[in-house]
Amino acid sequence: MTPSVPTEGSPADAGAKRGAAEPASDGARQTPKIRIRDVHKSFGAKQVLCGMDLDVGAGESVVVIGGSGSGKSVTLKCVLGLLQPEEGSIQVDGEEVVGLGGESLEQVRRKFGMLFQNAALFDSLLVWENVAFGLVQGQGMGRREAKDIAFDRLASVGLEADVGSMSPAELSGGMRKRVGLARAVATTPEIIFFDEPTTGLDPIMGDVIDDLIVKSVRDLGATALSITHDMASARKIADRIAMLYDGRIIWAGPTAEIDHSNNPYVDQFIHGRAEGPITVMANA
Amino acid sequence: MPILQPIGRTFLAFLETVGRLSLFAAISTSHCMRPPFYPRLLLRQMVDIGYYSLPVVGLTAIFTGMVLALQSYTGFARFSAESAIPNVVVVSITRELGPVLAGLMVAGRVGASMAAEIGTMRVTEQIDALDTLATNPFKYLVAPRLIAGIMMMPFLVLTADIIGVFGGYLVAIFKLGFNPSLYLKNTWDFMEAIDVISGLVKASVFGFLITLMGCYHGYNSRGGAQGVGTATTNAVVSASVLILSSNYLITELFFAR
Repeated sequence: MTPSVPTEGSPADAGAKRGAAEPASDGARQTPKIRIRDVHKSFGAKQVLCGMDLDVGAGESVVVIGGSGSGKSVTLKCVLGLLQPEEGSIQVDGEEVVGLGGESLEQVRRKFGMLFQNAALFDSLLVWENVAFGLVQGQGMGRREAKDIAFDRLASVGLEADVGSMSPAELSGGMRKRVGLARAVATTPEIIFFDEPTTGLDPIMGDVIDDLIVKSVRDLGATALSITHDMASARKIADRIAMLYDGRIIWAGPTAEIDHSNNPYVDQFIHGRAEGPITVMANA
Repeated sequence: MPILQPIGRTFLAFLETVGRLSLFAAISTSHCMRPPFYPRLLLRQMVDIGYYSLPVVGLTAIFTGMVLALQSYTGFARFSAESAIPNVVVVSITRELGPVLAGLMVAGRVGASMAAEIGTMRVTEQIDALDTLATNPFKYLVAPRLIAGIMMMPFLVLTADIIGVFGGYLVAIFKLGFNPSLYLKNTWDFMEAIDVISGLVKASVFGFLITLMGCYHGYNSRGGAQGVGTATTNAVVSASVLILSSNYLITELFFAR
């Protein structure tokens, strides 16, 4: 069932003991919440994903690590249907997403919440309107009721009520991330994506956001798929870590095993070494 | 043939753009007609396009009317045809100058701001965020702007017509010494319903083109601040060219014999 057997001579030969895409938990073996198989995506001549496989089990928190430009964000966008892969299959709860459009795609998207890298808050709306957006526009809830929920969500990410009446432009980076998180969880989604949740934050604020992510995901019982290159963050929020390199998952395993992966690519990445099998081009 | 290659490539790129734009227009128009509608957003756009464009359109119209009366006088005085001035002013303003100049001014003001706003939303992932919140960007961003453009431009042009004719009246009366009541009577007598109606039809078409160009270029902008800048320029230039070319076609449709 897991097609991601590392090919001869590939970076994945170096030490992947388990199939790269295979979920860890037994429960997740039934039907993965998200199933990505042999996905290829290129932009012009640049091949970003070439044969990516990944399973995310229900209730699991998977973090995909990888260098800048390795295709992490593209993966998330493909799952959300914001980008269409040229080849491969992506299933959410067993339903194929590739090629889906219109109302059916909107139905699938209702299962998702997403925290964007720079929070992507709507400038033209107040903070509470941002948080309530999915409830009002996506679920048709009344503004008054949605406003109460929005303020509850803001409180749950540690923001005072007066922040709710501010404009996103008045917020600091950490506050924007918290509002983005409150917006992502406001609709109680089944699946939450976190795109570089700690990028651009100081280490302490990064840790605060990580704690909030862990708490929010646990409280909702949601499935989480995160992408990051911040190892401290990955260790904190992940049940399982997968490394994306050269358009494919070259290693995946439980968080505790990443230090003993015996994969030189993973070792180089998690220790942040310039020397190793991963070469960084000057123009990358 | 190395000479033909770039010509062929440019032509194919042009066809591709036309295809993309047509598809964008078709999707946008279909979303204008299907619920859910966003009355709050529509109202905001109507106020932004219709109300906040009034000063710039009004100023353009009054000076155009004034110059028209003055120039017509200097020309017509040679043939002792000064009495045709009310006719020239009212026909020129209602048929051509009102819609075209209002269209160009609104393209500069509204088309540019739409492209910049939607373009910034694109490059800061706000449009992706809309999608993930199960809200169709065409419905939420594009449809209210298109409807507001189509509805408010005739209102602006009607205002421009009145102010433009009034500009001509001011110059004719206070500078050229025309009889006020005679000037007004001539204006009224010369004016035909078709002049005004054709101008209002043009206004609606221009409103559609301006907002379509603003939304299209903003929606497809790429690459940060520079991309948004390019989108804004393209929105204004393409809207202006389309206004001038479609103006000819509509004139042909209404008045060609």
